[in-house]
Formats: sequence, C-alpha cells, structure tokens
Amino acid sequence: MTRQDRKQLRAGLGFTSLWIFGLAAFTAYPVIASFYYSFCDYSILKSPVWCGLENYQQLIHDDLFWKSLWNTLFYAGLSVPLGTATALGLAMLLNQDVRGKSFYRLLFFMPSIVPVVASAMLWLWIFNGQYGLMNGFLNLFLERFGLHGPAWLADPAWSKPALIIMSLWGTGNAMVIYLAGLQNVPLELYEAAEIDGASAWQRFRHITVPVIAPVVVFNGIMALIGAMQLFAQAYIMSEGANGNGNASDGNPARSTLFYTIYLFSTAFQDLRMGYASAMAYILFVITAVLTWLATRLSRGQYEDAL
Amino acid sequence: MVRQPKVTRFAVQVLLVLFSAAFVVPFVWLISTSLKPIEQTLSLPITFIPRAYYATIGGRRMEVTLDFAVTQPGAVVRYLSGDDAGKAGFLGAKQLAEAGASVQVIHPVAAGSWHITQRLGDRLGENAVSPVWDVVPRDQVDSHIKIRWANYPEALSALGGDAESDRHRVGFWTFLGNSVTVAVLGVLGTVISNAIIAYGFARLRWRGRDAFFALTLATMMVPFPVLMVPLYGVFRTFGLIGTLLPLWLPAWFGSAFNIFLMRQFFRTIPEELSEAARIDGCSEWRIFWRIVVPLSTPVLVVAALFHFIFAWNDFLGPLIYLTRKDTYTLAIALQSYESQNGGIQWHFLMAASAVTILPVIVLFLLAQKTFIRGIATTGSKS
Repeated sequence: MTRQDRKQLRAGLGFTSLWIFGLAAFTAYPVIASFYYSFCDYSILKSPVWCGLENYQQLIHDDLFWKSLWNTLFYAGLSVPLGTATALGLAMLLNQDVRGKSFYRLLFFMPSIVPVVASAMLWLWIFNGQYGLMNGFLNLFLERFGLHGPAWLADPAWSKPALIIMSLWGTGNAMVIYLAGLQNVPLELYEAAEIDGASAWQRFRHITVPVIAPVVVFNGIMALIGAMQLFAQAYIMSEGANGNGNASDGNPARSTLFYTIYLFSTAFQDLRMGYASAMAYILFVITAVLTWLATRLSRGQYEDAL
Repeated sequence: MVRQPKVTRFAVQVLLVLFSAAFVVPFVWLISTSLKPIEQTLSLPITFIPRAYYATIGGRRMEVTLDFAVTQPGAVVRYLSGDDAGKAGFLGAKQLAEAGASVQVIHPVAAGSWHITQRLGDRLGENAVSPVWDVVPRDQVDSHIKIRWANYPEALSALGGDAESDRHRVGFWTFLGNSVTVAVLGVLGTVISNAIIAYGFARLRWRGRDAFFALTLATMMVPFPVLMVPLYGVFRTFGLIGTLLPLWLPAWFGSAFNIFLMRQFFRTIPEELSEAARIDGCSEWRIFWRIVVPLSTPVLVVAALFHFIFAWNDFLGPLIYLTRKDTYTLAIALQSYESQNGGIQWHFLMAASAVTILPVIVLFLLAQKTFIRGIATTGSKS
C-alpha cells in the first residue's frame, strides 16, 4: 500500500467512522448476540445459559408458533400481491393523459404517512361491527338479501381480511414509486410500437412490463419483508375490538396472533428472550429465502418478457 | 404519458374519482366522528354530519341527547337492585310487569312514537350520575347541524388519564413534547451523520469501500425483530430503559437506507468541483462542508422528512423502551388511552387520532414536491 493509498483509506474510514460504530453496535452485535441467545435459556434478568437446540426443538412442537407463522404468511401472501396490484393500477391510471393528476396523487399518497397508531384507531372504528362505516356501507346492499356485514375484527374468519383491506389504504407510497418508474418509459417506444401496429395489450406486455418489472420486484420484496413483521396494527386493533385481555393474545381466537406479536410477548412479557431469539432467527431465514426466491423468479419472468 | 381516445380518458377519470373517494372517505369519517356528540357515534343509520337535537320540555326548548327511540308502551325506569342498581333504562309493558318492585318507574310511556331524551347539561354536569330523563313525542324533536369542537380539548385532556408525575400533571403536552424531542433529535442525527458517512462512500476512493457498501446495503434486509432483544439488552445495561434516548441515539450513527439515499445524490455532483478544490489544497472535510453539503439541500431535506415521519409514527420502539407514562410519545399515549377505559369513546379517540395525524399531514402538504421526488428516487435500486 502506497502512502497515497493509506491516506485515502484513513480519510474513507474517518468519514464512515460513525457508521462503523453504528453498524457494529446497532446491527452487527445484535445479529450475532441474538444468534447466540437462540441457543440459550435467557430471561434478561440473569445471564444466558447455553441449552443447545432446545429452543428450536420446542418451537417445532409449539402450536402457537405455527399458528402465528400461518397467520403471518396468510396476511403477507394476500396483502403484498393485492397491495402491489392496487399501487400499480393506480400508477397506471395516473400515467394517462388526465386532468388533476397531482391532486389525485396527493390523495392516494396521504394515507401512507398517517401514523400507524392513528390509522389503527381509525380502521378499528371503520370495522366496528355495529356502528362502523364499513358495515354501514355494506349493509345498504346486504340487507336486501337479509344479510349483515361480519363483525370483522371480532370474527376470527374476518379479522385478517380486515387487516388486509386496511393495508390497501396505505399503498400510496408504492404507487408514487411505480408512477416514477412508468414515467421513465420513453414515449417514442410507445409511438414506434403503435406505428408498427402493436395493440394496447402488446404495448403493455412488451414495453411497460419489462421497464417496470425490476421496480415492482424490488418494492415487492421490501413490502414482503414489512408484511412479515406486521405488528402495530394487529396489536392495537385486536385489543380494541375484543375488549379486555392481553393485546398480544391475538384475539379473536388467535386469528391475529402474528409472528412478531408472538415474538414480542415471548420476549417482553414472558421474558423468554432465548426462545424469542430463536423465533427471530427463523423469521430472518424465512425472509432471506423469500427474498431470494422472489428475485430468482422475477429474473426469469423479466427476461421472458423481453 | 400516453395519449388515449376520448372514451378511455373518460373511463380513467371515472375510475380515478371512485378510487380517490375510497381513499378519502376514511379521513372524512375520522373528522366527522371527532366532531360528533357521543350518542351520534352509537346510532344507526350512520351519518356524516354532526347534529344537535332540541326538544321542548316543560315549556322550555332545550338541547337534548337522543338516548333511544321507542314505539311500544312501557316505562323509563330506574333499577333498584341487581348489577344495574341506580342505572336507568326502558322496559316494555311485559318486562315491566315481570320486574315488579325491583324498578322504580320514572316515566310511563304510552303507545305511540317517542324519543327518550336526556338533558344535555346533565351529561357533564352535577347530575351526571342521575341524569334527567324525558319522554318526548318523536315529531317534536328537531335538529340542526352543530359541530362539537369541544371534543378536541376534552379528548386531549383525557389522554393522560389520571397519571401524575412528581412535578406536574402528565398529559397531552408531555406526550407532544416527548414526540417532538425524539423526532427532532433523531432528524438532526440522521442528517448530520448520514451526510458525513455518505460522503465517505460517494466521493472518496479507498480500499474496501465497495465491499463495505455492499455490506451496508445487506443490513437493510435484517428484520427488526432480530435486533430487538439484544438492543433492549444493550440499553438496559446502560440503564436507558424508560428514557427517550434509545429512540433517537441510534440515528446519530447512520442508517443503511439514508447512506444509500445520500450517496446516490452526492455522486451526481460533478467531480471536477472537488478536484479543483483539492488542487487548491482544500481538505476533504472542507470540500464536504463547503461544496457538497450546500449543493445537497434537496436530499438532506428528504432524509429529514423521512426520519421525522418514521420517528413520529414509530410504535414498536416506544412500546419496548418506554416504561413510565411521563416518557410516553403521542403514539403510545394514544394506544394506552384506547385501552384504559372499558368502552371506547369513539368521538374522543378520533379527535386524539386526528391531532396525532395533523403534524405529518401539514409537513407533507408543505413539502409535497420534495416528498414525492424523494420517494420516487428511493424505489429504484440502481
């Protein structure tokens, strides 16, 4: 290494030194420590005691673990594709030659910055079975057939769909990203295709899709990672809709016991930090695998579309 | 933007109107509920416009609340025994006969169409425990629009519950102060630390830089629950649980997302500017501070806005770290308000929610363009 190299290295490390510390203290250490804790009996009050694979073995036989995993996959599996479709659909509408574009964009975007606690309260009220807006609206139609809207968050069959519907309200963020992606498509491409006699569907399939696909995949993955960590809405709304009891019970009938909620209550209410760390690591692996799968799958499709 | 035939354009416009209605209605419902008297949040069919009701009772026209409507004969009664002792209610003729001496009849109700009303002053006044009930013919009750702004101060003063600290009452202003503290200190830390770090990645060439940057990006994929337990342990070791520090301190040591965001921007600044300064003998720190920072205001503003929103909206962090009520942020205070009383008072809950939402909406409306541009750039990874 020359003197110049060393000088540059020193400058580089100097500027990034805050991050070197931050990465070590707030990411690297926790990632390593929770890996270690996952093999320990640890209550935070006493130092961790090594117990080998016990936590993982227990997890396999833990019904609540499987329940929470199923709930989470159900939620993520529906909310991410539906959310992506909604965001993409809205972006494509706004990518047309229409009046008041920036106004619509503002309206669609606004819900996505509402604090999650406030939106949870609002949707708790909207989904109120008796006096809520959702059933007030649905019953206008359903009552003609002698039917009523469900109790939503108080009904195990409808609590997750309610959370999924609520999540669609917050897709404005993704919409803005997709709209920017769509606007990157050179207009001449469409014009050239039209002159060559390509139909609207063909233009969409062979021009829009290839351009927007990488953006959709990247944001879809981020949405998936987010959905796998669903916490606040479910934590707040489950308690609000089902009255007394613990907010992390996942009421009604454990139908909103999501992965992070179970992890949170295991760690901070039962003080079983080792067990919770094992859960966290399984989530880590699942997230990594899903991310990898999504990139792989989409790469194939993307090339196909070209 | 693609030019379309007229029919398509009309269809697009219709769809946009329908979708925006779906996105806006929840906001309207929030505001509408927050301005209603409580009984209108619990009546059907649902309405959007808050109203006030008036009835003539004993020759005086007064504002009343409609408790319920009856058509069958019976009586308004007060229960004398059992779980409901002291409370009032309506019993039909048959139930009345069954109840016998366990109830005291306040108002007999004849067949017809009646509203059972409660005098307004009683709900909050000294008669709150034993309200005055009246039976009024339904066609003699009239109403007009009345917006109950008073819900807001009432909701905010209820937010703290009956918690008190040593020095002063813990309430809305305490929570607001905590939220502002966490957000502002976090924003300062985010802007300052990430600008310095991103400069190191964007404008300097050094061995290991690219590998380190790849590692940095990879940390974005780590789910927060993986970090949660050890982070709690670290802050606990330093005795910081129950303080606001764990919520803003990490922001002073960079974050992968913001480093990425700022690096992208810094790279667009012409390298010649830096080269010229270097030839003049400028240190890297001076180049950063005098050339790059002044040219980077847009990205610094975007990072600041994003962090403000993140900190203001954060729920899980405060839930883990904050143990005492006087350290609660607005988000946690709102959640604990929801769960502190048995039945939810929707008009108050919506008013308190609206107040929590207001700062981010105002901020967004003020910096709309910056926001949208910032988000559009974060979505593409290249």
